[in-house]
Amino acid sequence: MVAAVSIIDVVKHFGSLKALAGVSLEIEQGGFFGLLGPNGAGKTTLISSLAGLLRPDSGSLKVMGHDVVKDFREARRLLGVVPQELVFDPFFNVRETLRIQSGYFGIRKNDDWIDEILENLDLTSKAEVNMRRLSGGMKRRVLVAQALVHKPPVIVLDEPTAGVDVELRQGLWQFVRRLNGEGHTIILTTHYLEEAEALCGRIALMKQGRVIALDTTANLMAAHPGGTLEDVFVRTMNQ
Amino acid sequence: MIGFWTLFYKELLRFWKVAFQTVGAPVLTALLYLLIFGHVLDEHVQVHGVRYTTFLVPGLVMMQVLQNAFANSSSSLIQAKITGSIIFVLLPPIPYSAFFAAYVLAAVARGLMVGLGVLLATVWFTELKIVAPLWIFAFALFGGGLFAALGMIAGIWSEKFDQLAAFQNFLIMPLTMLSGVFYSIYTLPEFWQRLSHYNPVFYMIDGFRYGFFGVSDVAPEISLTVVVACFAVVFALTLSLLKRGWKLRA
Repeated sequence: MVAAVSIIDVVKHFGSLKALAGVSLEIEQGGFFGLLGPNGAGKTTLISSLAGLLRPDSGSLKVMGHDVVKDFREARRLLGVVPQELVFDPFFNVRETLRIQSGYFGIRKNDDWIDEILENLDLTSKAEVNMRRLSGGMKRRVLVAQALVHKPPVIVLDEPTAGVDVELRQGLWQFVRRLNGEGHTIILTTHYLEEAEALCGRIALMKQGRVIALDTTANLMAAHPGGTLEDVFVRTMNQ
Repeated sequence: MIGFWTLFYKELLRFWKVAFQTVGAPVLTALLYLLIFGHVLDEHVQVHGVRYTTFLVPGLVMMQVLQNAFANSSSSLIQAKITGSIIFVLLPPIPYSAFFAAYVLAAVARGLMVGLGVLLATVWFTELKIVAPLWIFAFALFGGGLFAALGMIAGIWSEKFDQLAAFQNFLIMPLTMLSGVFYSIYTLPEFWQRLSHYNPVFYMIDGFRYGFFGVSDVAPEISLTVVVACFAVVFALTLSLLKRGWKLRA
């Protein structure tokens, strides 16, 4: 079976800064994968490269076997990304935003699925509300909804619970777990290590543009008996 | 094609939702130009054998078509870049050619809408006739398209609103104001007449005006050739920048 995501020796510089220093990893289909690391480790650069927002200097990235540069149309169709920044288009309401996003992915009549997403993210009552009038947590939910409108088999969540309340976190993880159970591959970056520990089957730890540990969550934890993922994280980063 | 139509529709909706500002305001500005200049000069000046107010109207219409086509694509892109919402059009599989076409056509649509608004608002003050509607349409379309594409370049290049304002104030505004909107270039000293021939906007205004009066400073065929050639250059440049992901995909 082709890997959901295949990353081979990806290098990316920003001027003299080496943001990615030869990253390689493979994520199997249907997995729940955690990409962890301190700020500046290269997680968002790697995700942006996967999404085609950045062009790596060398190496290759594939989504479900499709190269993100040479076969970008198919690769982007198969990927849904929840960005880290809380961004929105202030001209539209929630439903318009989701309809427009569906259209960008070539889907014209998508209201049934949009209604389902709205319901699962507890946004139904906000469907006709302008994006400007939503709270930060609500805007975050809409970002998640936008990433899901085209039912991508691979979903990247870049710190999706940063600055959101407990209720939303629980609702969001319930929904994401359901998607994962239905076969969607989930890639998660987060600074909440207890969330990663609870959700992710495999984890990569990144530091200074490199993957310094890559294993199943169970194996990583077994190497540090009695500890939490946070302990594993701290010890690995300090090695 | 659905991606293109959606982006085009989104861009139309974006300016239509604030039509008071994006369509109403430029129409009012043009009307004020007409009332002030018309009041001062109408009794004293005739150009191409018509009253000054009548001469002025087509120039004002075309000036607003161009400026608003530019404003639409440039403001949409820089707003999306600064707020970060540009990511919503960069993540989907929209080909760069569809991206270009959607932004340019929506910007041209706003330009034409404002132009029509100016025409409807000012026509009551003059005795304007339309001699050659196809010329009017051709110049509005290619001129608007050229400025819409320029707006894309400016919007993508600018990282701050003041950079875009500089582009607008130091390039677009002088080119349009010094293009013969308010005068025939044959009323200028020889040096400035010659210099005006290097301004592509002069050909747009002059050719557009030909469609109303059947008279122009330069033959409309020559003007249209210049405008189409300039459009082709900016069209190719914009497409090539988009293909490379210049300033959009680092």
